[in-house]
Amino acid sequence: MIDFIAGVFGSSNYWFIVLRSTAPILLVTLGAVVTEQAGISNMALEGAMLWAALVGVIASAASGSAWFGLLCGILAAVVVCWILWAFAIKLDANAVLCGVALNLVAHGGTVFVLFSLTGDKGISSSLASKTLPFLKLPYLSDIPWLGGVVSGQNIVVYLAILAVVVVHLVLNKFTIGRRIRATGENLEAARSAGISPDRVKFFALTASGVLAGLAGCFLSMGYTSNFTSGIAAGRGYVANAAQVVAGGTAVGSIFAALIFGLTDALATFLQNVGLPPELIQALPYAVTILGFIVVTLIRDRRESARKRALFARADRAAAAAAPAGKGGA
Amino acid sequence: MNSDSAARDAKIPEPGRPRRLKPLGAAKLFFTDRDKLEPALVSFLAVLFSIAAGIGLIFLVSKDPVQSTKNFLLGPVLRTYNVYYTMIAMVPITFTGLALCIIYQSKYLSLIVDSCFYMGAVVATAIGVNWALPGVVHPIVAMLVSGLVGGLIGLLPAILKIKWRANELVSSLMLNYVFYFLGSFFILYFLRDRDQAILASMPFRKSFALPKLVANTQLHWGFIVAAVFIVLVSLFIYRTKWGYEIRMIGANPKFAAYAGISVPTVALYSHFVSGFIGGVGGAVEMAGLYKAFIWQMNPSYAWDGVIVAMLARKNPKYVPLSALFLAYLRVGADFMSRRGDVAFEFITLLQGLIILILASDKIVNYFKARRLRKAALASGFGPASAAANGGGTAK
Repeated sequence: MIDFIAGVFGSSNYWFIVLRSTAPILLVTLGAVVTEQAGISNMALEGAMLWAALVGVIASAASGSAWFGLLCGILAAVVVCWILWAFAIKLDANAVLCGVALNLVAHGGTVFVLFSLTGDKGISSSLASKTLPFLKLPYLSDIPWLGGVVSGQNIVVYLAILAVVVVHLVLNKFTIGRRIRATGENLEAARSAGISPDRVKFFALTASGVLAGLAGCFLSMGYTSNFTSGIAAGRGYVANAAQVVAGGTAVGSIFAALIFGLTDALATFLQNVGLPPELIQALPYAVTILGFIVVTLIRDRRESARKRALFARADRAAAAAAPAGKGGA
Repeated sequence: MNSDSAARDAKIPEPGRPRRLKPLGAAKLFFTDRDKLEPALVSFLAVLFSIAAGIGLIFLVSKDPVQSTKNFLLGPVLRTYNVYYTMIAMVPITFTGLALCIIYQSKYLSLIVDSCFYMGAVVATAIGVNWALPGVVHPIVAMLVSGLVGGLIGLLPAILKIKWRANELVSSLMLNYVFYFLGSFFILYFLRDRDQAILASMPFRKSFALPKLVANTQLHWGFIVAAVFIVLVSLFIYRTKWGYEIRMIGANPKFAAYAGISVPTVALYSHFVSGFIGGVGGAVEMAGLYKAFIWQMNPSYAWDGVIVAMLARKNPKYVPLSALFLAYLRVGADFMSRRGDVAFEFITLLQGLIILILASDKIVNYFKARRLRKAALASGFGPASAAANGGGTAK
C-alpha cells in the first residue's frame, strides 16, 4: 500500500493528470469567484459548460477549425450567462432558481440537439470534431521529472494558469474589479457612488461565461475528444462550492481547484488497484464538501481569534483610561 | 406572571393555534381573489407559452411535424394504456413535488430530495429482496424505513447550512452525486442478480409488490398513497404548529426569529419531513412498478418536483393538478419520441422555460403591478400621475 502511494505521488504521470483535471475546475471556479464578488450566484455554470462543450464540438466539426469551435463554444456559454442576467436582473427572478432551470435546459437540450444532429444520444463520435492543440514547452520538457508534468499539456491548461493572473489583476488592480467588489460588498453604496450594479453584474457574468466556456470546450476538445451527455459531471456545481473554499480570491481558487483535481486524479489511479469504482467516483464530490467544512472551521476560528484580540485590546485601553478618567473627575 | 402578561400585551402571534377552515365552495377552493387569480393566470400562460415553444421546436427538427405534434399533445389520451401511464407517471413527481413544496415554503432551496428518492428506492430494494414479511405489511415497512433513511439524508444539507453556512443548494447537489454513486455501489455489491446481463438487483419477494388498482394495468396502489400524502402534507403545512413555523420563516425569517421561532430547528425538521416524503416516494415506485431494481441511471425526479412545486405555488392543494400536467407532458413526449424522430429530452427545454418564467417576479406580478398602476393613475396619485393629468386626459 505504501509502495503504491509512493509510486503514485512520485510519478510524473500522476501530477500530469492532476494538472489536467484541475484546469477545467480552476477555470469555472474563477468564473464563480468573479460573479460571487459581484454579488450574484452563477448557478448556471454547469449548463454554460455543457453548451460550450457541445457547441464547440459541432462548430469545430462544421468549420474544420478547433479555434472557431472554441470561439463558438465560449459564445454559447456567454449567451447562457446573459440569459441568466436577463431573468435574474431585468425580470427580478431568483438567480439560483434560474440557474437550476438553465442547467435543466442544458442537460436535456444538449442531448436533444446532439440527437437531432447525429441520431445518437450518448456521444458525438460521428462528428469529425477537432481537438485543441497540445503544447510541448521548449526548454521545460527537457527537465527530467518536471518536464513530464508541465509539458505536453493542452493549451487550455496553460490558459487556465494565465486566467488566474488575469482575474487576480482585474479584481485587484483595475477599476472594473473595484466596481465588481463594491457591488458585491454593498449594492446601495455602490449605486450611490455612481456605479451601475446591473452593468457590473453583466460584465461579471460575461466574464464567468468566457471562463466556463473555455472549461467546457476543454472537456470535449482536449480532455476528451468527444462530447458525451452530461460531460460537465457536476463541475459547475463543484465550482460554486470551491468558490467559497477559495475565499473569493483568484489565488485561492488554485488551492480550491487542486482539492478536486488531486482526488479526481487519484480516483483514476485507485481504480487500477481494484477498489470499487462507484466509491471512487463519489470521492471528489465528498472531498469538496469536506474541504468546504474545513475551510469554514479555520475561517471561523481565525475570525473569533481576531475578535478576541480586538476585545482584549479594547479592555486594555479601557483599563488604562479608567484611572486617568477618575483622576480627572 | 409578569412576563406572561407582557407577552400578551405585545401581541406576539401564537404559533400553536392552527387557522380554522372556512366552509368552501368549489370555486372558492381555487381562486379566491385577484391576488391569487393573477399568478394562476400567469402560470397558465407560462404553460401555454412553453407548449407553443415546444411545438415550434418540433416543427424545427421533425420530418413529420404535424404527426409528431399530434402525438405529443394527444398521445396521453389517444390510447387507454397511455391514460394509465399518465396516472402512473404522476406518482413519483407528486412525492418529489410535495417534498419540494415543504422545502420552498421555508425559503430553502435544496435538491437533496433527489438523493432521498434514489436512496429510498435502494433501501426498499434491500428490504424487498431480503426481508420475509407478510403481504400488506411488507411494502408498508419498506416505505417507513425508506422514509426514515430519506429523512436522515434530507437532514444533511440543513446541518451543513446551520453548522458551516454551506449553501444548501450547492451542498445538496454535491451530495446527490455522492449518494448516487453510493446507491449504485450498494446495489452492485450486495444486491446484484449475477444471472442478468444488465445491471439489476435480485428480484423482489412476491409479498413486496403493491397490489394493482385496476386489473391488467400497471396502475398500482401507490397512486392512492400519493393522494393520501397530498392530504397529509396539506394538513402539515396549513394545520399544524410546525407547518405554521415553516410558513412564518418562509414569509420573513427575521420576524419569525424575533417571534421566538428557532430557525435552525425548523430548517432541520422541514428537511427531515421533505426527505421522508422523498424516501417513501422511492419505495412506492419500487414496490408499485418494478420487479427488481433496474435503474441504470438516476431518474432525477427531484427536478420535476421543482416544476410541480412551482406550478402549484408551493401549495400541496394544487400539486395533483401540476403533477397531472407534467405527467401528461412527459407521457406525450415519450409517445412522440417512440413514434417519431424527436428526442424525448426536448421536454426539459419546456420544463426549464416554465421555471424561468415562474421564477421571474416581474412576470408573475405583471398583472398585479399593472392593476396597481392603473388604480394609482385613476386616483391621481402615483409617480406617473403628473404625466397622466398633463397629456392623458384625451384618453
